[in-house]
Amino acid sequence: MMTLSSPHPTSQTQAPGLPRRAGLGLKNEHFTEVLKTLPDVGFFEVHAENYMVAGGPFHHYLGLIREQYPLSLHGVGLSIGGEGPLNREHLARLAMLIERYQPHSFSEHLAWSSHGPVFLNDLLPLAYDHEILNRVCEHIDQVQTALKRPMLLENPSTYLQFHSSTLDETVFISEVIRRTGCGLLLDVNNVYVSCINHQRDPMGYIDALPLHAVGEIHLAGFAEDTDSLGDRLLIDDHGAPIDNAVWHLYQQVLERTGPVATLIERDNQVPAFSVLHAEARQADRHLMAVDS
Amino acid sequence: MSRQDEFANALMALDAPCPVGLFSSNGADPASRFTVYRNNVHSSLINALATGYPVTLQLVGDAFFRAMAGLYVQAFPPGSPLINEYGNDFADFIQGFAPAASVPYLADVARLERLRVKAYHAADALSLDQQAVITALQQQSTLGELRLQLHPCVATLDSAYAVVGLWAAHQTGESLATLNPLHAQSALVLRNGLEVKVFAVDSGSVAFINSLNNDWSMEMALAYALDAAAEFDLHQCLALLIGHGAITHLHTEQKVST
Repeated sequence: MMTLSSPHPTSQTQAPGLPRRAGLGLKNEHFTEVLKTLPDVGFFEVHAENYMVAGGPFHHYLGLIREQYPLSLHGVGLSIGGEGPLNREHLARLAMLIERYQPHSFSEHLAWSSHGPVFLNDLLPLAYDHEILNRVCEHIDQVQTALKRPMLLENPSTYLQFHSSTLDETVFISEVIRRTGCGLLLDVNNVYVSCINHQRDPMGYIDALPLHAVGEIHLAGFAEDTDSLGDRLLIDDHGAPIDNAVWHLYQQVLERTGPVATLIERDNQVPAFSVLHAEARQADRHLMAVDS
Repeated sequence: MSRQDEFANALMALDAPCPVGLFSSNGADPASRFTVYRNNVHSSLINALATGYPVTLQLVGDAFFRAMAGLYVQAFPPGSPLINEYGNDFADFIQGFAPAASVPYLADVARLERLRVKAYHAADALSLDQQAVITALQQQSTLGELRLQLHPCVATLDSAYAVVGLWAAHQTGESLATLNPLHAQSALVLRNGLEVKVFAVDSGSVAFINSLNNDWSMEMALAYALDAAAEFDLHQCLALLIGHGAITHLHTEQKVST
């Protein structure tokens, strides 16, 4: 049963203290450079699963960096959209990390990644209907109860759609947010990727979301492929600089939301820290422009 | 079968047809788009193994490694979202993988690489001050009363091959021409501060360290070490452990509670 059924005020969904600035994904190859130079970055974000290790350098450096910067904890393995129950052991590990590092935000994906005993290591798509909506809401209630805080839910990038879907993705997400009181992690790259792949208008998609609940924005690069008709098929690979079309969309989002904590994501072909920092500064310029 | 059953099965089986019930809004064949998910799953897991086993990869080349890892992924997909731990038994798979039989030391190099990853992420523990350990050792009339507890990162590997030499040559880009891979070698792996280190040690040291890790007294550990290698040098082995902060506790109990 869902324990939360009424709309929640935005104050609960805005992570406490996550600054309305640009942040960067923290890569282990940049640990020592970050500590040595203490770059002017609004916050760092880490993948929770990378830090589910007993000890060693990852905890050493994250502890030191956490003393200097606000932190966003981003999960990639909870499988909130899974048909089966949530992995309680994994939820307990997340609770421990949150206790240890007191992050300013915790976020996860509208996707599934585990099936039975198997972890598939990808963010897989959901059909959108009322039964699945109920299940996702129950899972998010369970997460928020276990972690004793509201979470942010990230909109997915998808390559396919389901004939059985009866709800639009934006309606589904809006309803999850309304019922559970979770916030929205608006991944603008995912919006662009999905909308190109499904022939939708990206701004129409964004305007159909509850933008008051946006607690964080993600920006990333994509790879480009073609499908069987030779049409553009964009792949969310976090392996390239942010595309101009995504920067443009980001600017339009900020005009609607005002400044929101914005993460530059890069997980593959990670360049020098200075390259990522330049993208963060570019996002900061957008943020300052809408703040004035 | 549920929708996710069907989707997951089709992801893992490379020759399975695209699940039914999917479409692309432009009318493209959904199979051409389902392939993106299947590629993501397989390539991300193969990449995780490539990251964890860099020397194993160098020994056989990228194409061979990826083909071998791909078969492992299909046979043994991860059972947990902790990808750091994925491939813990990859070396056992390599050992039984017939096409790799011409590189007989490949599995042991993979075992060494996994020990390094485990040491890197092993629990933290405070090492005893080096001088304090030396003083305590010197004050004991007989070593037999002493019990040493080693850092959780400390692990060993016995190999019929020159596993440390092979691994080390790939760190420095040194030529393998002068290395005899059939020379048996044992390895000690530990994390000193933030750095994982690999040492070639004798089989006596392996027996000694494993005995300490199994909670035997110094006296018994020494007996096992001498049994494994008559030339075992206790002083040298202790100096190595002390010098790299591998000792976390030192007790002088007469009786052992087990």
